[in-house]
Amino acid sequence: MSPAVRRAIALAALAGLGVALLVACLGLPDFGHPRGPYATAVIPLSLDHRHVTSAVAGVTFDIRGIDTLGEELILFSAAVGATVLLRSQRAEEDARDAIERHHELAERTPAPVRGLGAALAGPLLVLGVYIVAHGQLTPGGGFQGGVVLASAFLLVYAAGHFIRLGRVKPESLVEAAEAAGAGAYVLIALGGLVFAGAAMENFLPYGTTGELLSGGTIPVLNAAVGVEVCGAIVLILSELLDQAMLRHEDA
Amino acid sequence: MNVAPYAVAAWLLLVGIYGVVTSRHLVHLVLSLVVAQASTYVLLLAIGYRTGGRAPIFFDIPPGTPVVDPVVQALMLTDVVVEATVSAVLLALAVQAHKRFGSADPDRLGELRG
Repeated sequence: MSPAVRRAIALAALAGLGVALLVACLGLPDFGHPRGPYATAVIPLSLDHRHVTSAVAGVTFDIRGIDTLGEELILFSAAVGATVLLRSQRAEEDARDAIERHHELAERTPAPVRGLGAALAGPLLVLGVYIVAHGQLTPGGGFQGGVVLASAFLLVYAAGHFIRLGRVKPESLVEAAEAAGAGAYVLIALGGLVFAGAAMENFLPYGTTGELLSGGTIPVLNAAVGVEVCGAIVLILSELLDQAMLRHEDA
Repeated sequence: MNVAPYAVAAWLLLVGIYGVVTSRHLVHLVLSLVVAQASTYVLLLAIGYRTGGRAPIFFDIPPGTPVVDPVVQALMLTDVVVEATVSAVLLALAVQAHKRFGSADPDRLGELRG
């Protein structure tokens, strides 16, 4: 099929879909007035029942706790899948040659870039831990904080003196962190089954609402998610960066 | 009735699909898919928005303050995570395809297969 024909068919089909979507939009709740009864019902549930001030954390880790478990496992398997795909195709000798050339390239990384990377990594690490630790109180949590943590490590990778996150020891550490995070979430879900009679049910003391250690299992779940997200993102991005560098060498 | 936010979501979906259909590069295709998926963020947030509502975080506002719907925000969190992971796998596949067929043009992958 020629591109022009395909474009014409696509435009016709999308025009039809667009009209259908606009008609469907007319049946949605008026903007600014949510109709769902859960919008208001989950707030006392989060505040009084789960003792968390962030209603989003209450929904994510209590009401939709099992869904979040599934989401964790999607993240885990996607990271594993992407890693397997990217690693299967890079011949070991190629990689070793590329690393040697990286070392030469590393010398050419300008000192200000390296300095800025090193200076930003520390504060980013603290910010990431802060966001993970306050997930049940303020906006944030394991997913968001985990990405901030991962960016701190990747900054070291990208701007640092080519401290290889891949290849040597840290690689297995990253993989272990990812697996440990996913495993910890599953264990906490099972802990609810063992100690409280239902999966994901809280089995830790609730503490005082609004304090750092409150919300029962939710801060622990946030920590598990934070470790897993950080591991998964570092793993995926460092594999993709490796590919970019191998390509670069080929060219 | 204000349908503008929903129309934005519909527009993002249409533009994203158009990008996928007419794409000449696998990375462009993945990014078009990301644009199409961004429509779900706009749709979910628009459905949960309450006029004058605050963020559903009761750390510094008293209980009972009108807030936007926290359920759709949690759904969107899931959405973002799934989108990020799906793009990662698709980009890995794109790298694989380029290595195998020497081209990142989706149209040329079929020609080269036989």
